[in-house]
Amino acid sequence: MHSERYALPTILLHWLGAILIVAAFGLALALSGMHLSPLKFKMIAWHKWLGITVLGVTALRLLARLVWKAPAMPADMSPAMQRIAHLGHLALYLFMLAIPLSGWAMSSAYGIPIVYLAKFTLPDLIGANEALGAQLKTVHVLLNWTLAAIVAGHVLAALKHHFVDRNGLLWRMSPHAPKN
Amino acid sequence: MKKRLALALILSVPLAQAAPIDTAQSHIGFTMKQENAPVEGSFKTFSGNVTLDLAKPAAGRADIVINTGSIALPTREAENETHKKEWFNSAQIPTARFTATSIKSLGGNRYQFAGKLTLKGITRDVSAPFTAQKQGALTVVDGVLPISRLAYKIGEGDWSDTSTVADEVRIKFHIAYHG
Repeated sequence: MHSERYALPTILLHWLGAILIVAAFGLALALSGMHLSPLKFKMIAWHKWLGITVLGVTALRLLARLVWKAPAMPADMSPAMQRIAHLGHLALYLFMLAIPLSGWAMSSAYGIPIVYLAKFTLPDLIGANEALGAQLKTVHVLLNWTLAAIVAGHVLAALKHHFVDRNGLLWRMSPHAPKN
Repeated sequence: MKKRLALALILSVPLAQAAPIDTAQSHIGFTMKQENAPVEGSFKTFSGNVTLDLAKPAAGRADIVINTGSIALPTREAENETHKKEWFNSAQIPTARFTATSIKSLGGNRYQFAGKLTLKGITRDVSAPFTAQKQGALTVVDGVLPISRLAYKIGEGDWSDTSTVADEVRIKFHIAYHG
């Protein structure tokens, strides 16, 4: 039994977003313990570019959801579980928007404009204010660990549906249709 | 007694009047590019004298000493880094010095100075245009002096890589003095 798949652009954007988020998160973890060095500056720059790309991809994903309706939840899910799944997805979208924006605001508050891909200068979201920058850093980190927990739940739920409930859920996000 | 007074008067009236910088009204900042993102900083502590009669700029002089340890940057981490040997080495070389020894008019309120900048013990000739205007009792001088940080060994070792921190640093000066 397989439920309908998401539209192909939605599927591709989902996995692109996932890769970018894992990369940005991993970079931040790696650089947080590093002493200041040219490499650290480069990693901070890549982290910002990845984050801004996540923001763009998330915006595209929201547009894609407006254009292509999401397939219905698997029929074996109870209405309560479906509601929880919807809330979880809503939280994922909110965090995928809030996290890059908090990072962008943090950079603005520190007085360091973001120059996307070293080419495009983004406007500052707020004025320079070092104390606010430090507070936004705390917010940015907290939001990230919360997102990490939600993503862990998202992945575990998807695996549970697919391998325990055997409802073929993962096929919904596969770029290839199942073979049967 | 009279002689001493006369001597004091002579000493207190030099050829042109040197005025101490009004540090509260003055600002010495800079912009550098990190991964092509412009980052601003400044030096909080400096002092000096300016001798500049706008009607007779040729006789003008400036001498400013900057405390390099007073640097302000976007993050504390970056400030601490710049105190190190690779950057300003501010424990061993606590000051930088700027002198302008030749000033000429470019017309209007625009002028050009030539002088020397000593950073990290390295002295180089510098020259840049600036504007000067009276603002009440103060004369205010504004200008930008682009320098090569590597010419002064600011950022050695790994930091000499200009793809991360660009070589050009634009020093922005806003100097107010009574005169």
